[in-house]
Amino acid sequence: MNISTITEQYIRERLTKGVRENGRGMMSFRDINLEIGKIPNAEGSAEINLGNTKVLVGIKMDVGEPMRDKPDEGSIMTGAELLPLAHHSYDAGPPSAEAVELARVVDRGIRAANIIDVKKLFIEEGKSWNVFIDLYVLNYDGNLFDSATLAAVAALYNSRMPKYEGEKVIREGNLEKLPIGNLATSCTYAKVAGTTVLDTDGSEEDFADVRMTISNDEKHVRAMQKGLGGAFTPGEVDKLVEASFEKSKELRKIIQGTRGD
Amino acid sequence: MGNSANKPELIIDGRRLDGRTPEQLRQIKITANPIRNAAGSAFIEWGNNKILAAVYGPREALPKHTQDPNRAVIKCRYTMAPFSSLEEHGRPGMNRRAIEISKVTREVFENVILTDLFPGNEISIFIEVLQSDGGTRAAGITCASVALAASGIPMRDMPFAVSVGKASDTLIIDMNKIEDNYSNADMPVAINPRTKEINLLQMDGELTPEEVHRGLEMIQKAGETITKIQREALKAPYEKVNEKYKASI
Repeated sequence: MNISTITEQYIRERLTKGVRENGRGMMSFRDINLEIGKIPNAEGSAEINLGNTKVLVGIKMDVGEPMRDKPDEGSIMTGAELLPLAHHSYDAGPPSAEAVELARVVDRGIRAANIIDVKKLFIEEGKSWNVFIDLYVLNYDGNLFDSATLAAVAALYNSRMPKYEGEKVIREGNLEKLPIGNLATSCTYAKVAGTTVLDTDGSEEDFADVRMTISNDEKHVRAMQKGLGGAFTPGEVDKLVEASFEKSKELRKIIQGTRGD
Repeated sequence: MGNSANKPELIIDGRRLDGRTPEQLRQIKITANPIRNAAGSAFIEWGNNKILAAVYGPREALPKHTQDPNRAVIKCRYTMAPFSSLEEHGRPGMNRRAIEISKVTREVFENVILTDLFPGNEISIFIEVLQSDGGTRAAGITCASVALAASGIPMRDMPFAVSVGKASDTLIIDMNKIEDNYSNADMPVAINPRTKEINLLQMDGELTPEEVHRGLEMIQKAGETITKIQREALKAPYEKVNEKYKASI
């Protein structure tokens, strides 16, 4: 955010020639590094380093009441924190519209794809497991949507399932894994200097015109979100949807690779 | 979405619960300028939705740190009245859903308003949902578009919005609340009718790439009707004057 005019010009010129930082392709991700279980106290956790973007996701589960419209299911709550330590433009205080959008888009991707098998989180009449997904942005360098989604799905995929015995929650010992129903990931594209690219870094994002996040599993689009003040044509949307299916194969493999079984 | 308990059949013999065909919009009625204090305003009745939109500005952007020396900043606030839904009393003001809708709505109008004509200024768009029955963000955008046009703020297009959903395997346009609750997908979209550009697109649920494509086509087709209603709402007050004038000569 707020890169200098000269840097912007430099990046613009290079993009029009089809060149990105580190020789990266227009449709490729930066290096993805996932570390699972960094926070053993949490039911699940994953830290992702996507280039210089660093997001930590923690999963906690508590016993609570099911949502009123879904009395036989567990519930999911997703929150995002753009921590003031992560970027000079982030302030302390109530969540900004950006943070709320991030949390809700990641949440919709996870919810719509049934990544968590919420039916198995029902305990008894009036009681179910509530899953809290907290997205902690530790260093901002663009593309929070994909990094947070990837880390959240990886964290869930490796979460333990606490037990509820005699009104008590048991979070340690020999526990099963959180029941997973599906795997989905997201790809976020942006138009920068007239070129459509995947996975914008912070400086590209600074002057991107429009953004599109597409979450999908193997067969279906599960969530989409257009962002920023620009626009896409219907034909461009079709193409991006197609591209996201191809790309998501790699991402699902990364997630699957985090689990030994 | 995907609530399986007591799921009603959303389509029987090709007709929806309220008798519509899959491609049929609800009744839409728009009135321009009901709020006299605003620079421009509009009231939309879209099915059972009743939504007011009002525009203030261009005016000095305050607090001062929000000013942009190169262009006007757009501020947008979408809220639902606590009495607006058929369910329990809601909380007034902004919840997380409202914050997100306000943001994506703002982005729609950032795309069309010629903001560089008003550096240092703000243009505020207020959307108040008074009664809701599904599809309020789309109806709110369609309504705010008319309010902006009525205010005379220069725009390069007049967006409309509508959502497409999926009931079982059928794509249906403009879902009401019940359909929204039990559908397999929801995709609200806003489009600039002149250039066909998509300036809002959200989706959740389950759609194949082919369904996304067809859904966008259905939305464009429905847009022809919506755009016409928007334009007629803007013309209506002047036509009345015109008739009076004709009668007097």
